[in-house]
Amino acid sequence: MIFKWFNAEQGSAVERFAKRDRLNPLELLPWILAIAAYYVFPSYLPLGSQILLTILFAISLDLALGYAGIITLGHAAFFGVGAYSAGLYALHVTGEPLSGLVVAAIAAGILGLLSGLVILRTTGLTLIMLTLAVLLIVQEFANRARPITGGADGLNGIAMQPIFGVFRFDLFGHTAYWYCLSVLFVMWIFGLLLVRSPFGRSLTGVRENITRMHSIGAPVRRRLVTIYTISAAMAGVAGALLAQTSQFVGLATLGFERSGEIVIMLVLGGIGRIYGAIVGVVIFMIAQDSFARANPAFWSFWVGLLLVLIVLFARGGALGIADNLVALLRGRKK
Amino acid sequence: MSALETQLLCKNFGALSVANKIDFRLEPGARHALIGPNGAGKTTFINLITGRLTPSSGIIKLAGEDVTALSQSGRVKRGLGRTFQINTLFRGLSVLENVFLTVCEREGIGNSILRRANARKDLLEESYALLESLHIGDDALNIVRELPYGKLRLVELAIALALKPKVLLLDEPAAGLPSSETAIVFDTVQQLPKDIAILIIEHDMDLVFRLANRITVLVQGTVLVEGTPDEIQHDARVREVYLGEGDHG
Repeated sequence: MIFKWFNAEQGSAVERFAKRDRLNPLELLPWILAIAAYYVFPSYLPLGSQILLTILFAISLDLALGYAGIITLGHAAFFGVGAYSAGLYALHVTGEPLSGLVVAAIAAGILGLLSGLVILRTTGLTLIMLTLAVLLIVQEFANRARPITGGADGLNGIAMQPIFGVFRFDLFGHTAYWYCLSVLFVMWIFGLLLVRSPFGRSLTGVRENITRMHSIGAPVRRRLVTIYTISAAMAGVAGALLAQTSQFVGLATLGFERSGEIVIMLVLGGIGRIYGAIVGVVIFMIAQDSFARANPAFWSFWVGLLLVLIVLFARGGALGIADNLVALLRGRKK
Repeated sequence: MSALETQLLCKNFGALSVANKIDFRLEPGARHALIGPNGAGKTTFINLITGRLTPSSGIIKLAGEDVTALSQSGRVKRGLGRTFQINTLFRGLSVLENVFLTVCEREGIGNSILRRANARKDLLEESYALLESLHIGDDALNIVRELPYGKLRLVELAIALALKPKVLLLDEPAAGLPSSETAIVFDTVQQLPKDIAILIIEHDMDLVFRLANRITVLVQGTVLVEGTPDEIQHDARVREVYLGEGDHG
């Protein structure tokens, strides 16, 4: 029974291929672990919420970078716009959290759409520079527009209403943890449906060979702008979760560091597979937390070293290594 | 009405003219070869037709309709398919998925997010059948990157055929292939439905004369001569271009 998973590849080529994107029971494991973590590490719930919303941010990046091959160093722009939108919405309109998520998604999505229409005409280094430029513009705007954003002081005094009017955000982060987990779960389902749909598959085609994609009649630019918009909206939701659960929004949400780190996390876990986002973020953030306690000045050295090793020897990231091990086991059995 | 037609098609890169007033007609059901020495502008001509390059001037028509202003995908939707001289494949995906993606685009479901792609068993079966007809069914689940060159040429052809084009442009489909696989390519091309118009660039003259019922000779971006294989074979200018090259090259 345990080894059923290793023998899943049977039947004709078409049958085997068709089975590949069915939900594997193993895919429920992260959720079981996330629920277990709530009971096992009750004093780590704020870190847990941070990890969950960062996973959402990483999944959003994976849609653009991992699946569609849009290389970006400016994804924090959408995270930050989502955070600020949710913060401002809570301050000036209502502290109701769910509508705040929607507002954040729309705001970040609009920025994704407008910037995508312009910058996705380019590729490679030019594109990376333009994603950075968009981030810097948004960052500088947030810095200068003090009356709206609070400038360097950020948005303070955000008060959230209970979720559904029932579940109050508490000091220990119980509600926040379940809230982040639920939102992540919904977004994960959405992401899975997306990448396994014909639309999602065509994105991998764009990533693998854009010239061929044009020549089989795909409207490549439209696909890229669409996924970039979706990805931006999702990143906006992640930013909103941060704003709502920490009840503060600062310029760091728009930081270049956040943009770079999320790429590192995704590469650590493995790009273009959704679960790389989960594994990479968990490894990175737990390492960051424990290394930072033990050795505050030096922890990033170890993360850097880990990244160099991954890029040199395991391009698929942590999940790529796992894949190779499974392939090895299968080979042994034959 | 021609399946494909160009009128006074020109393309300049600065002072360099790579297509010079090309008037060309591809009749429905034609087996038309485009030959000429290296650098004659054959691939450029194909890139102009497919919209990968924008002409400096001139008109391109598909089945009588002016498509000069249309995007590449717009032209594909109107029945234009091509292969590339240099393999242009989804290298990280399986052979089956290379064809499956193409079939999905042809069926216009590439924008759909409502159901799993793999739930379209009919399209998967169709893709697989196409691979089998090209003798690469056994490689369906192998990743393209890991296959030998000869098989990649067949995948290249499979993708073009998966579009079910009305006009098929083959840019040296057998380039670099061993003879066994060259035979597969040419048997496949010969067995294609007669109503498909085919334009083929090929250097192997035996193959050209076996396959083509019409030949155009392109030299330095200009049509030197067009005619039946017999006429071309006995044309003094063509002999000069080819033999002249042989003498000095």
